[in-house]
Amino acid sequence: MDKPLTQNFRIEEEPPSIQEYEKSGGYMALRKALEIPPQDVQRLVKESNLRGRGGAGFQTGMKWSFVPMGPDAPRPKYYVVNADEMEPGTFKDRYLLENDPHQIIEGAIIGAYAIEAEFSYIFLRWEYRRAARRIEKAIAEAYQRGYLGKNILKSGMNLEMHLHVSAGRYMCGEEFGLLDALEGRRAHPRAKPPFPQVCGLWGRPTVVNNVETVANIRHIIMNGPEWYRGLSLSGDGGTKLFGVSGKVRRPGLWELPMGISLEELLVEHAGGMQEGYRLKGLLPGGASTDFLTHEHLQVKLDFDSVQQIGSRLGTGTVVVLDDKTCPVGMVHNLMEFFARESCGWCTPCREGLPWIEKTMAAIENGNGKPGDIEMLEEQTRLMAPGNTFCALAPGAMEPLQSAIKHFRDDFERHISERRCPWRK
Amino acid sequence: MLSEEERAEIEEEATKYKYRKAVGPEALKIVQKNRRWISDETLKEVAAFLGMTADELDSVATCYNLIFRRPVGRHVIFICDSVSCWIMGYEDVRDYLFQRLGVSFGQTTSDGRFTLLPIACLGACDEAPAMIVDEQLYTMLDAAQIDAILERYQ
Ligand SMILES: Cc1cc2nc3c(=O)[nH]c(=O)nc-3n(C[C@H](O)[C@H](O)[C@H](O)COP(=O)(O)O)c2cc1C
Ligand code: SF4
Ligand code: FES
Repeated sequence: MDKPLTQNFRIEEEPPSIQEYEKSGGYMALRKALEIPPQDVQRLVKESNLRGRGGAGFQTGMKWSFVPMGPDAPRPKYYVVNADEMEPGTFKDRYLLENDPHQIIEGAIIGAYAIEAEFSYIFLRWEYRRAARRIEKAIAEAYQRGYLGKNILKSGMNLEMHLHVSAGRYMCGEEFGLLDALEGRRAHPRAKPPFPQVCGLWGRPTVVNNVETVANIRHIIMNGPEWYRGLSLSGDGGTKLFGVSGKVRRPGLWELPMGISLEELLVEHAGGMQEGYRLKGLLPGGASTDFLTHEHLQVKLDFDSVQQIGSRLGTGTVVVLDDKTCPVGMVHNLMEFFARESCGWCTPCREGLPWIEKTMAAIENGNGKPGDIEMLEEQTRLMAPGNTFCALAPGAMEPLQSAIKHFRDDFERHISERRCPWRK
Repeated sequence: MLSEEERAEIEEEATKYKYRKAVGPEALKIVQKNRRWISDETLKEVAAFLGMTADELDSVATCYNLIFRRPVGRHVIFICDSVSCWIMGYEDVRDYLFQRLGVSFGQTTSDGRFTLLPIACLGACDEAPAMIVDEQLYTMLDAAQIDAILERYQ
């Protein structure tokens, strides 16, 4: 089975230097891309059906195609790699950044070429210290070898690339929040349209792509869209980095075909549940996705299939809830995260999330009241998509609303027994 | 007063951005490396250096989790309190840290050695629970290992 994204991984060791990376075919895709017009690079990516790996699953080639092109386009243009990864339960981008930094840099150069960008930033969260060192080194190496800077490989392309290390905030991962942070301001979302592709960083056309999305680009250019689509078991192209955490036998990260079944991931790769634990539910793709349960184990892990059963593939990193862990406590933990990270820009989220968090705490501590569950349900409707500026609040509502649906008995027991049945 | 090195480092950083103001958060991180936290005095100096008002820079500073506007100890412990770590026993590790250090979140030990803070998912969920001390990530924690880890930081 082809595993393009992780083929150079050698965990526990330093990642490939630029010489080693080149020996394994590195920067060949860039050479290839530079020989065709930018629009053709866009077309190849569109045909590959690569969908963004940052959570929302938007078609990458399509996103690029909204950037104004040609001599009359506003300049400079920017290509930004989103390496902020703060979504709880998500740990895929860190592996990519640490273990094959040149793959990300090569992908970003090709992405920048495709939209005719002159500047590129890698926006990295501070906590990823090892990744920061390795990316910094790889950028310097790429400059030395002429893959960055002026007149790259004598193609006429110029690209300046910088590592930006965040000062920490979940909102910095949100597209516009990230651009604000890069501009040195508080991280807030902006009203759309205009979209960043037209009016982004410092008012100029900007594309923001997730690390894993970027990692795919060179392989699509090297091997073609057909090959790329062929890696997948479903309509969404390529392989995917899937991860599992929680009380399974072998928590970890694997590169697998898009569209493998949830059951295969949990049983064959993660080894099933630990001795003495049973599966109660799971979040399929990080903290802001809806719970799935046993009945969903056959679902194919791709964007459309998971959506059809009422959740989201999200980041593709599964968090497993076992039968000895309190589902109310788990959702309370998630709400604490979202309430803490709300940027406060819009009222439903600023006011609503702390209120939900307090209500959840009360229920968990045995101080819940009849009517609390209905109140929480009401909140999930108030913070539905479209009622807030960004997807943080609606994302927070996904685990909550689905937990009330699947684990309502557990919420009710907390209230009627006036205690958490899981705690001694 | 900002030192020569601090100024030089901030200037160097400023070349990466279109406008000087963009370097605000990074400039604060640069001085924080040396001074451990951002006092009002420091904030004013950095703001003046960047041509901003102190209020303007403070509104940026307070948005970010990793800029400290209050003193911290010689070592900062960030323990992940997000969902996978919570499932895998974060509360036990946290409670042991509380007890061992005699502080709770946001506090510094009386000898000034450690400040303890919660942090969002460290991207090590497959090896939960996790924490960072200064810049070093520790994973698969249990209470028993904490003593040995703390020993390394004087
Ligand atoms: C609150 C919030 C946080 C986000 N954090 C991240 C993140 O850390 N990394 C990321 O790639 N996308 C994150 N996203 C999604 C981005 O807004 C954006 O959709 C993504 O970077 C686009 O890249 P893609 O098209 O390659 O998926 C976040 C979204 C929201 C609403
Ligand atoms: S939904 Fe929350 S995080 Fe998003 S803009 Fe509104 S207040 Fe900020
Ligand atoms: S939840 Fe703790 S490292 Fe991800």
